[in-house]
Amino acid sequence: MSIIIDHLTHEYETGTAMAVKAISDVSLQIPDGQFVGLIGHTGSGKSSLIQHLNGLLKPTSGTVYVGGEDIFDKDYDKKKLRSRVGLVFQYPEHQLFEADVFTDVCFGPKNLGLEQKEVELRAYDALKKVGLEDDAFYVSPFDLSGGQKRRVAIAGVLAMKPEVLILDEPTAGLDPAGREEILGLIAGMQKETGMTIILVSHSMEDVANYVDRIIVMNKGSVMLDGSPKEVFSHVEQLEEAGLAAPEACYIMRDLQKAGFDLPGDVTRIEEAADAILNVFGSGV
Amino acid sequence: MIREITIGQYYQTDSVLHRLDPRVKLIFVILYIVSIFLYRKPLPFLLAALFLALCVGLSKVPFSYIVRGLKAVVVLMLFTAVFNLFLTPGETLVAWGGLKITKEGALIAAFMAARLVLLIISSSLMTLTTTPTQLTDAMEKLLWPLQKIHLPVHEVAMMMSIALRFIPILLEETDKIMKAQMARGADFESGNLLRRLKAMVPILVPLFISAFRRANDLAMAMEARCYQGGEGRTKMKPLRYKGADTVAYLILMVYLAAVIAVGKLT
Ligand SMILES: Nc1ncnc2c1ncn2[C@@H]1O[C@H](COP(=O)(O)OP(=O)(O)OP(=O)(O)O)[C@@H](O)[C@H]1O
Ligand SMILES: [Mg+2]
Repeated sequence: MSIIIDHLTHEYETGTAMAVKAISDVSLQIPDGQFVGLIGHTGSGKSSLIQHLNGLLKPTSGTVYVGGEDIFDKDYDKKKLRSRVGLVFQYPEHQLFEADVFTDVCFGPKNLGLEQKEVELRAYDALKKVGLEDDAFYVSPFDLSGGQKRRVAIAGVLAMKPEVLILDEPTAGLDPAGREEILGLIAGMQKETGMTIILVSHSMEDVANYVDRIIVMNKGSVMLDGSPKEVFSHVEQLEEAGLAAPEACYIMRDLQKAGFDLPGDVTRIEEAADAILNVFGSGV
Repeated sequence: MIREITIGQYYQTDSVLHRLDPRVKLIFVILYIVSIFLYRKPLPFLLAALFLALCVGLSKVPFSYIVRGLKAVVVLMLFTAVFNLFLTPGETLVAWGGLKITKEGALIAAFMAARLVLLIISSSLMTLTTTPTQLTDAMEKLLWPLQKIHLPVHEVAMMMSIALRFIPILLEETDKIMKAQMARGADFESGNLLRRLKAMVPILVPLFISAFRRANDLAMAMEARCYQGGEGRTKMKPLRYKGADTVAYLILMVYLAAVIAVGKLT
């Protein structure tokens, strides 16, 4: 399912002294099956932008097309949209409310008006996908660990079988192992199903390792847009926007400055290690 | 959506009213409210409305912003108006079925509605121009004499300031949870009353959990910084009256005198 964002502008608290333009004139095209990383400094408008994609926020001007249809059209079915575009909020574990994990995951598909059997099948499927152990299915969600809760919450959205999955900082507040786990899970799912995924993140390392394309937001506009290699070659611009390139880029740049003949477009630690070994391996 | 509620919120700008001592504003509002309930005559009432309009103008808070806060209490206003309209005995104006509207009822209903409007605008004007911290400071200072009769004034003021501080936080939280559940296909707008009430569960449970978590965190943070009651505590910004505050008190006197004079004479 492709997404087209067409001259989207959003202003909060319009008409008061606190009016903020959170998004100004953003136009983007996201083709079907792409894995996109959306990064930007705090307050750059990432969360505001993605909330438009499933109609939770209405634009001040501009519009969004999902699968070729204008989602802000009066006649567009919002329920259909919510099942097509799944949105996992920041700290999604804060929305769990049912007495047990399984019932909570059923909430989404049940709201779509599916049969009980189908609802349960989907919930089971989703919980399996996020790798939750069977014996955790019927405990209270509040008794789980932070990482488990997060996975249950993601399953709650996956159970709606969206064609586009948007995750707002899914790794916020997790330890390195937990981050790897969640990101690996998302990347694996993307490979398997070929769904369109938009991953919002603060961490360059997170996105550099997994996504096909990076969109950098700054003060409500798109500042950079391209493959990880392209985007991370603009280190100065990233730093201006309060961001940084992955560590590997800095190491490679410093080595290049010191006179070593290394490729300039390395973004991942493993690639950097290989390139460095290549140079030093032959010399030493 | 839920953020539209503006009652009890502070509106950041710089105006004469914003700079006044919070004690002045507190006393002002209390006496103003007394003044609108003093007489049931049009002229003092008109005076009160004009005076309030003047204050709204001085506050630099957009009128549309204040009116948005009124929306939340429209139901309450309609409720009292309808009751007064139909249940006041007197000279019948219109009657159909068992219901009748009396002349007295219509008058009282109109007065009550208008009074409520003034009451709400005046009190929201105070909260819009005074930060919660200032407000509780003022309350603490004004109630301080009650310490003599062993009323825990500082603690009460602290509780109030925390409660006030939590209103916008919880509103924001509610907004977020509502959106998250809507993303999971929840529907809060259709169905009968029972269904709508049931639809609130996915909002209320996470909201209560989050409120308890926040309260717990706050208590912990206060303990960690060795917070303990009011005894021997000093203020970073002690309240001091300035010239403008004296002027404001004088204006209040003149206004009250004018209302009483007009009320007695007409
Ligand atoms: N509900 C709201 N009401 C008013 N202003 C808001 C609201 N939500 C966000 N904003 C403002 O809009 C701007 C963009 O916020 P947004 O949450 O989209 O940023 P973000 O990129 O997601 O930041 P973060 O990385 O901190 O999550 C900020 O200036 C913020 O203060
Ligand atoms: Mg955000």
